[in-house]
Parts: sequence; structure tokens; C-alpha cells
Amino acid sequence: MLDELYREIILDHYRNPRNRGELADADTKVRGNNPICGDEVTLYLKIADGKIDAARSTGNGCSISQASTSMMTQAIVGRSLDDALALIGEVEGMMRGGGVPEGPDLDDLAALEGVRKFPSRVKCALLPWETLKQSIQEYRGT
Amino acid sequence: MLNEQQIRADFPILSRTVHGKPLVYLDSAATSQKPRQVIEAIVDYYRVHNANVHRGIHALGDEATELFEQARATVAKFINARDPREVVFVRNTTEAINLVARAYGGRVLGPGDEVWTSAVEHHSNLVPWQRIAAERGATTRYFPMDDEQSLPESALEMLTNRAKIVALVHVSNAFGTIHPVERAIAAAHAVGAVVLLDAAQSVPHMPVDVQALDCDFLAFSGHKMCGPMGIGVLWGRLELLEAMDPFLGGGSMIQEVFYDHATWAEPPHKFEAGTPNVADAVGLAAAVRYLESLGMANIRAHERDLVAYGLRALGELPGVRVYGPADPDRHGGVLSFTVEGIHPHDLGTILDQEGIAIRSGQHCCHPAMRALGISGTARASVYLYSLRQELDQLVAGIARAREVFDLA
Ligand SMILES: Cc1ncc(COP(=O)(O)O)c(C=O)c1O
Repeated sequence: MLDELYREIILDHYRNPRNRGELADADTKVRGNNPICGDEVTLYLKIADGKIDAARSTGNGCSISQASTSMMTQAIVGRSLDDALALIGEVEGMMRGGGVPEGPDLDDLAALEGVRKFPSRVKCALLPWETLKQSIQEYRGT
Repeated sequence: MLNEQQIRADFPILSRTVHGKPLVYLDSAATSQKPRQVIEAIVDYYRVHNANVHRGIHALGDEATELFEQARATVAKFINARDPREVVFVRNTTEAINLVARAYGGRVLGPGDEVWTSAVEHHSNLVPWQRIAAERGATTRYFPMDDEQSLPESALEMLTNRAKIVALVHVSNAFGTIHPVERAIAAAHAVGAVVLLDAAQSVPHMPVDVQALDCDFLAFSGHKMCGPMGIGVLWGRLELLEAMDPFLGGGSMIQEVFYDHATWAEPPHKFEAGTPNVADAVGLAAAVRYLESLGMANIRAHERDLVAYGLRALGELPGVRVYGPADPDRHGGVLSFTVEGIHPHDLGTILDQEGIAIRSGQHCCHPAMRALGISGTARASVYLYSLRQELDQLVAGIARAREVFDLA
């Protein structure tokens, strides 16, 4: 069962996080944290014409939260804000037992599917996605 | 010496399996397991004696009242209180501290006054003080910690007569430190402050005598000392309890009520508004009797042995850093550590697959973790039913985690 959680692709994103660091002149900068375990993610987005042009993150936490963050920053660049919101819904659905998100740049994300068998870790996987949702809401002023 | 086999046979849950492996429960600092003596006392209360207390004019009401007040006396004797009226039943440590913050702090604190706690407090001994201080124009101040997460004596010199309340953790849930509270209590009294001890991690694990300690308030939770959840204790000096305002208002806490005002009952009833948790008070008394039958000094000796063993075993592992005092005499039953390259949360999940229950994260001590620059620790905590062999399993589990993370 552990193999399903700690897939090689997850450990790879944990050890070599993509899009790591601050983003100068970001349009949004939102910090999300998990009060129980201390995971934290700060997400920087550059947004133009309703589309995510760049995404970077800083923070620290467990392999699941940090790998999920790394995968997310890869998956959302080039997407419209509405697409990104839809993708958040799909990832949340995957954690509840739904299918894995499909589409270009989404292959890595499927590796997170194993997390749902570990209920106490689902919130780790979802932390960056909740932070993304908040970023979009903040950007839109809602 | 404790009879390990006999004790383990008293705890039904210890014979269950988790993920197909025998349970290794190393999370007693979060909550302890319960012996059948306690479970049976609660069941017996509901099957045989249940009624509301201090009101029914009937046999069951009398029995329930008698059991409830006996429980208070049992707890009072356990911590060597002068008088059972000094024992207030609450839900848990958190409620006890909130009670003192509001009913005592709300009365004595004014602008410019200080409430002192330490840099390693549980949130339950921080947030209530921050709230009441903000309301009263007072400030919260923090004793720094030394590099073993212990309260250095020199810090006590920071106290001035602006300090009105000193609220300290006796044994740290995050690092296991047994703080030198006797000296802190003397220093606080020297400047005229009263002292509350957060004894959530001391009363369950070692002899605690409120008269010898000379503290003013003591807070602890039943569920961490073999008792049920939902019952806790505030002990306070009678003269302080008498001078304090009530906490919650309602039935049982009054002397007489009029349409425009009310007068208060005497302590402890002044602080026990509404129907109390009688069954769990009875369960707590059973837990106290259980602990007393083993002897608190013996329990502490057992845990000290486990901690010494655990500190040595963990200290030998590559990449492992253990927090808290290296001296087991100053280290309670909490082993808090980090493993380089493995986040505590991941370690917790991997150990769980081996049947080993630990806690990982910040242990309700965000400021302390921030000050140390870490995102949390893994915490293995022991109790009277814990075994050396379980610490061996922990060590083996850490090795397994290093394999999963390709560190071995
Ligand atoms: C040192 C310390 N203080 C306070 C508490 C709070 O106890 P409770 O949650 O029972 O109110 C705990 C337990 O979590 C603790 O370990």
C-alpha cells in the first residue's frame, strides 16, 4: 500500500520540485497552511487575459504536499482561470474516489490517486489546490 | 518495577492489530489508552447509579452525588490538595486554563500588566492569555528556551512586579522537557504573581503534589491519565477560587437568583455551571485509583527507563535529531525527533503501516516550532504500558522509512 502513496514520480517531485522560488511581479501571492501538521505553501501566479502565465511556489512540508504543489505548478501554466478551477474540482474529486484528471500536462498528477487511501494525508495533497482556489478568488476580487 | 504483562492485560485495546500488525501505541501524550477498570466504572455508573447530581430527592440522585463528590475527593488526595473544594471539574486542560484566564485574569489584569508564559507552550496555554490580555490592555510575554528546549533559570530574572500571572507548562508535550518549575514558582511569587501550571503531561506520569510545588493553579486532563475524554481538572487555592468571578453562568453555580441579579455558590460549584460530567468524573476517579495502585513513582521510573533507552537508540540513528534534554532525569515520556530527508508526516504514515502509532507535526506549539525553524517533529510518547521492545520496533520502522525514501 505504501508503494501506492510513495510512487517514484511523487518522490521525484518532492526531491526536485519544479517551479520553485518566488516570482517577481507576481499578480497574486497567497500563503496556505495546514495547522495540524505544519505544511505550508506560498503560491505566486502571473495572470494575463484571464490565463495563468507563470506559477511558482515556496514553502515546506511533507512529500505529498510539496509534490502536489510541484505538479500543480506544472499543470496550471497556460490554463485559463476557469480551466484551473475545473481542474481543482477534478483533483478534489480524485481524492474522493473519482477518476484521475486527464489531459495534456496532467500525467504526473494521476500519481496522487494513491493518496486517497490515506485519509489523514488527503489534506496534504489538497493544500496547494486550496491555495490556488484562494489565489483565483483573490485575483477576481471575490 | 511495574509488572508489564499484567498491566498490558488491563488494556483491551493493546491487543488489537492495525494494518494486520500488532498495535504499537506510542501516542499516549495525545491521549492515553484506558484500562478495563476505568471502562467498567463508567459502564457501572450508567447501568446502576445514573441520576442528576445535587438535585434529585431520591436514592439514585444521592448515589450519583456521592460518587461525584467522592471522585472529587479522590482527585484532591491524588495531587495532595488541602481541600476537595479546591478541585473543579471541567472538560479538559484547555477549559481549565480558559477558566482561570477569564475568571482570574479578567479580574486582576489591567493596562501595563504582564502575563508570562514560555516559548514552548501548548496553544491552550497561549491563546487564552493572549485573548484576555488583549481585552484588558495587558501584554503577554515569553520566557526564552535554552538549546535543550528547557526554561533557563536566568530567564526568571526578566520578571518584574508588572507580572501578575505566570502560566507555565510543567512537562512539555512537544519536547518532553521537565521544566524546573519550582524555581519559576518561587521567582513568580517573589514579584507577587500567581502561577498556573499546565500539568497535562506531568500529573499522568509522575508524582505531583500541589502543596510541595507551591503553585496557585494546576490544570490537567483525565484522558491523558487513563481516564475518559471529557473530564479534566482545575485545582486552585481555595482563597483564590473564592475571590474569583464565576466562569459560565447557569444552574448549580448560583446561591440565589432574582430577576435582576444572582449570587454565587461557593467553590467548586461556582465554576461548575449546568449538569456536570458525572460518569467521566467517576471514570477519572477509577483511573486515579488505578495509577495509585501502581504507584506514581514507579510509573515515572518505568518511563524514565524507556526514555533513557529511547534517547540512546534514536541518538544512534543516522540523520536523527532528538529534541529536549539529553538527561533522562529531566526528560518526560516524550521523544520528539526529526529524521533528515523525511518529513515527520511521511514518517508517521510509514510507521502507521507497521502498526506503530506516533504523532507528527507541530503538537499544538506553532510558535516553538517557528522559533526552532522546523516544520514539525515526529513524536513517540510512552506510558505505563509501553515496552522497550516497542521502541525497538520504532527504530526498525524508521529504518524502513529511510528505505522508502532511498536514504538507506
Ligand atoms: C502540555 C499540554 N497542555 C495542554 C493540552 C491540552 O489538553 P486538552 O486537549 O485535553 O485540553 C495538552 C494536550 O494536548 C498538552 O499536552
